Amino acid sequence: MREGMLSRLGLSTTQTKGSLAGWIIALLPLSFFVFFCTLIEPVAMGEPIRISYPWIPSLGVELSFLIDGLSLLFALIISGVGTFIIIYAGGYLAGHHQIGHMYTYLILFMISMLGLVLSDNIISLFVFWELTSITSYLLIGFKHEYQDSRYSALQALLVTGAGGLVLLAGLILLGVVGGSWQLSELFGRGEAIQDHELYLPMLILVLIGAFTKSAQFPFHFWLPNAMAAPTPVSAYLHSATMVKAGVFLLARLTPVLGGTSTWFFILTIVGGITMVMGAFLAIFRTDLKSILAYTTINGLGTLVFLLGLGTELAIEAAIVFLMVHSLYKGALFMVAGSVDHETGTRDIRELGGLGKYMPITAVAGGLAALSMMGMPPFLGFVGKEIIYKSAFGVAEHHMFLIMLAVLAMAFVGKVLTGVSAGLVTVSPFLGSKTTTPKNPHEAPISMWLGPVVLSALGLLLGLSVAFSKGLQDMIVAPAMGAVLHEHEVHAKLALWYGTEPETLMVFGLSMLTIVAAIGIYIRGRGTFASISQRVTMPWNAEQGYQFALNGMQSLARWQTRVLQHGYLQGYLLVVAMTLAGFGGLAFFSQVGLVAPVWSPQFPMVHEWLIAGMMLVATVLTIRLDSLLGAIVALGVVGYAVALIFILYAAPDLAITQFSIETLTVILFVLVLYRRQTITHLLEEEIARDSPAKRIRDLLIAGSVGVFITSIMLAITSEPLVSELKHFFAEESVPHGKGHNVVNVILIDFRGLDTMGEITVLGVAAIGVYSLIKLWFARDAENNTS
Amino acid sequence: MNNLLFMPIVIPLITAICLILLWRQRVIQRLVSLVGCVSLFLAAALLFSFVAPGNVLAIQAANWPAPFGITLVADTFSALMVLVAAFMGLSVAIYSLATLDPERESFGYHPLYHIMLMGVCGAFLTGDMFNMYVWYEVMLISSFVLLTLGGERSQLEGGVKYVTLNLLASTLFLIATGMLYGTMGTLNLADLGERMRQPETLSDLQLGLMTTLPILYLLAFGIKSALFPLFFWLPASYHTPPIHVTAIFSALLTKVGIYSLVRVFTLVFIADTDFTHTILLVIAGLTMITGVLGAVAQMEMRRLLSFHIVSQIGYLLMGLGLFSPLSLAGTVFFMVHVILAKSALFLVGGVLHRVAGTYDLKKLGGFYRSSIMLSILFFLPAFSLAGIPPLSGFWAKFALVRAGLELGQYAIVTAALAVSILTLFSMTKIWAEAFWKAQPPGKVQVDADQISRTLASGQTALPLLLPIVVIAALMVIIGVAADPVLAISQQAANQLLDPTDYINVVLHESASLANSP
Repeated sequence: MREGMLSRLGLSTTQTKGSLAGWIIALLPLSFFVFFCTLIEPVAMGEPIRISYPWIPSLGVELSFLIDGLSLLFALIISGVGTFIIIYAGGYLAGHHQIGHMYTYLILFMISMLGLVLSDNIISLFVFWELTSITSYLLIGFKHEYQDSRYSALQALLVTGAGGLVLLAGLILLGVVGGSWQLSELFGRGEAIQDHELYLPMLILVLIGAFTKSAQFPFHFWLPNAMAAPTPVSAYLHSATMVKAGVFLLARLTPVLGGTSTWFFILTIVGGITMVMGAFLAIFRTDLKSILAYTTINGLGTLVFLLGLGTELAIEAAIVFLMVHSLYKGALFMVAGSVDHETGTRDIRELGGLGKYMPITAVAGGLAALSMMGMPPFLGFVGKEIIYKSAFGVAEHHMFLIMLAVLAMAFVGKVLTGVSAGLVTVSPFLGSKTTTPKNPHEAPISMWLGPVVLSALGLLLGLSVAFSKGLQDMIVAPAMGAVLHEHEVHAKLALWYGTEPETLMVFGLSMLTIVAAIGIYIRGRGTFASISQRVTMPWNAEQGYQFALNGMQSLARWQTRVLQHGYLQGYLLVVAMTLAGFGGLAFFSQVGLVAPVWSPQFPMVHEWLIAGMMLVATVLTIRLDSLLGAIVALGVVGYAVALIFILYAAPDLAITQFSIETLTVILFVLVLYRRQTITHLLEEEIARDSPAKRIRDLLIAGSVGVFITSIMLAITSEPLVSELKHFFAEESVPHGKGHNVVNVILIDFRGLDTMGEITVLGVAAIGVYSLIKLWFARDAENNTS
Repeated sequence: MNNLLFMPIVIPLITAICLILLWRQRVIQRLVSLVGCVSLFLAAALLFSFVAPGNVLAIQAANWPAPFGITLVADTFSALMVLVAAFMGLSVAIYSLATLDPERESFGYHPLYHIMLMGVCGAFLTGDMFNMYVWYEVMLISSFVLLTLGGERSQLEGGVKYVTLNLLASTLFLIATGMLYGTMGTLNLADLGERMRQPETLSDLQLGLMTTLPILYLLAFGIKSALFPLFFWLPASYHTPPIHVTAIFSALLTKVGIYSLVRVFTLVFIADTDFTHTILLVIAGLTMITGVLGAVAQMEMRRLLSFHIVSQIGYLLMGLGLFSPLSLAGTVFFMVHVILAKSALFLVGGVLHRVAGTYDLKKLGGFYRSSIMLSILFFLPAFSLAGIPPLSGFWAKFALVRAGLELGQYAIVTAALAVSILTLFSMTKIWAEAFWKAQPPGKVQVDADQISRTLASGQTALPLLLPIVVIAALMVIIGVAADPVLAISQQAANQLLDPTDYINVVLHESASLANSP
């Protein structure tokens, strides 16, 4: 008996298996929703609630929450819609092997989104902002084995992520200029901030962040692509909640940044373009989700547009439209998903007459579409009327022409949205049945519950306006108060405002919208699809994105080829040039040429001889073609240095130098004869030389030499003042117990250095031993195999 | 208690000597090596616990008073670096238990590893410029042998570039140190710092030279820390040795270079910070950009990650170039963060390589479907590196960007943010190719069974995964509860900008503890 009832409701046992988890997990958002409901009255009646925990006091970051009318409204939408989305996802993805990931990401997203809207601290707000981008990335890429999903996920992440970084800069400027990271403190400092010279850059940075997130022109292109995500994700993130984060931020910051003419023009122009463009492009789509995505762009544009107008009426319109949009769009997305799920296609050209087979889904879709069209007595109608009212109201503040433009944009947007409403519901559900990949039947309860509740709410809330002030006083007015940062704000919602000329005009326009929409739909529905291929934007922002991305990658490849070319000689050249360049710059700007100060007597003949020997040997080292000869010549340079040590009374050093030079030459010769590879490597480098390169090398080597010599001359031009020499000389015998100062320095005064150097030698020995041993082992292996 | 300062040098040295005596006794060597790493970590932790309240510890080697002998000093920055180095030393030592091959193990891998740690700790703790040079030599020779151990052709080619460019750096270091002595008559860092803070006692020539010599040091340390345009040796060599070697190199070597730059450019080379630190900022920006673009062009995991090392070094230098308390705190915090993030990524890469037999992103795939754990272990450090909140990288980036904006240095901030999105781009490339993408047809089938089989063979799962799990957990903890590390970073930054304690403890009251206000 129970089983039968369940299956009649669409809850057959097989489906229960997958979706039961959804019902249970949905209790979490549901409990959030109930909790937020209990806050409605206290917030509406009294002061906003602030809760604050210290998080990172070193950086002034608090985990603080501000629950006022605005954030509460968003929180209600997020948790309310979230409840149905989780349930829906359980049905939609029943049996999917990664359904657990879906639940996890959705819940993570919901928490991030709640954190975003409830944050009082702008840095913690940003933290949550980024988290929504990341969870969105994971959710768009849910079908991760499809190239398409990965591409769209990355695109959304890059666009919103880049916007996020720009926003971060804007928020930091805001915090620095405003002197606080708390929104609640910044609200009162709007004027000071707007007078600051950094206001304009700050505003633009914040706006770019908000526009990318909320898919405003020209950053809108990622949103339609994000439809690669499974439908519950599209319904939740990409229509009802995440994409509204940008709108939320603009509303939140209105008291701080809003109200200037820059704000007005940027927001109304960008919002207006987005609104009209989204609505226009929507009607030429044939994919249900794609139509809905473009109408979402239209909705987001409308919200930005209204916030830009910034009058009390416009804010009221924005708040109401926000609710309207979340309700009908969430419902319609879920309906589209159900259609797709039950028929196997989302193409409206292949769909028709589904009403008979999916009656509940069809009713839900119909109700939502009526609200979308703005049919009385739906909430959509209420919202549309206030939008027109606020458009008329522009005349009080601005020129008549601006008002006309505003009104025209709003009207066109609304009419075209109405057409889309027809496309997504009338076309699939009415008319004659078509053949679809799957045989249609009603979706399970988990998948129709959400659409039914959300779309019914659109009707009930609309009706409630007629006989109750609950909505306007408890929800709309507190939210408006938060945006306008005023306590005494009155909202007025009604289905019928009376018979004054202005209200009649609004009503007439509202009716005209519906008539026009129906007219265009009936005349055009057949032709839209057929010309859809031809309707593209002359300049497509996505091409710009692709161009930038490809350009960046070619630049990266080119740069890496040029810099990391693989030739050691080239690397050394760059190092030498850097040394001569930066060093020369520093030396000649800070010190200048210093005349050499000769030591008491002019250098003697034998000193000249030694110098000459070094010079000749150096030239030979460079010029000789034979490696062996070059090495011997290099040894001569070393011997000459040792001679200088002898001249300056440092026999220990000279002896060391002699032995090292001798050993080096012997080792080099041994290596060159034993290991052909190394010889080969070196000769390869030499073979690349040409006269021009040699001249270049000479110049670079010469400038390094000049630089180092100049410093040496400068240093020796002043006598060295150091206590060290005396200390070592005096302490050597009494405390160091040694008559050879150099020895005492090596083993006592600076014994630690010597220990380190001994270690170096030991390691070198291990290295040589291992290298040879392993190499021989490998050679032997190669020979046997 | 001040003798504790010797411990991070002596423990690895003794361990290395024991390991040389135990040549080819592979099992005992492993044990001794681990004991050495644990002891080093404990000593570093103890040292840090003494320094963390704000003390500066110093000791004069063989009791010769500064500036005549060699001083070892630990302030917050150096003690923190020693602690992180010891932690990484331990983590990678554990990891390498699973990845070492008998050949390399028999030819001195273990002693070389500890000598490198000794060099690193010595460079962090020394208070003497020439002594620092010695520790650099110790690091260079041991890392060079570690790099080429095994003698594969690619290793030798990379090794030749590595050693040539690094020897050039050492030569510059030595020349500069000779010149520094010739100019100032002392090489004790505290002594130098004190004299530079009394510019009236210095001649014009000395002041001028003390603005020129920094350039030589910038080049010497700049090669070591792989700054633009001196970084060539790093991408040329880091992908050639076994992955655990790359991991420890990436964690420590370039970071010692940056540590030294920070040390000398806060303590000693402050004669004309407008001039020197502007150069630092320019180089920082170019390093970030060229490094990340290099990474974007790669399709091989190790090469890609190697270029990212370069890019991240730019951020570290940015904090030094900005030269404010917040920016230096940002550098210190960033250092801790990037050491963790980078090594975790290399270590995860090693696991992928072990399972799929390749580092090539085109041939990798299917790991998200087959192992959610590996996915998480990659995802956390990767997105932390890209600066995604609330992971550690975000706060590092936030501190630097905020410091830059407060100072009105918009160019470097723009570069830092742009590079951040490119970092995200290249991290998602690995994620999309190796994890999300279905595995392309190939010899090795990557599925959950195969992964658990690979990891279970020879009890390798624990040593392979434990270090990564701990490091990834740390990234989350340092991100979500960033305050303790940030507070320590700020304390380190304040000590760097006002080294009065450092100078006093070294020169005037070396035997006693100094309590900072």
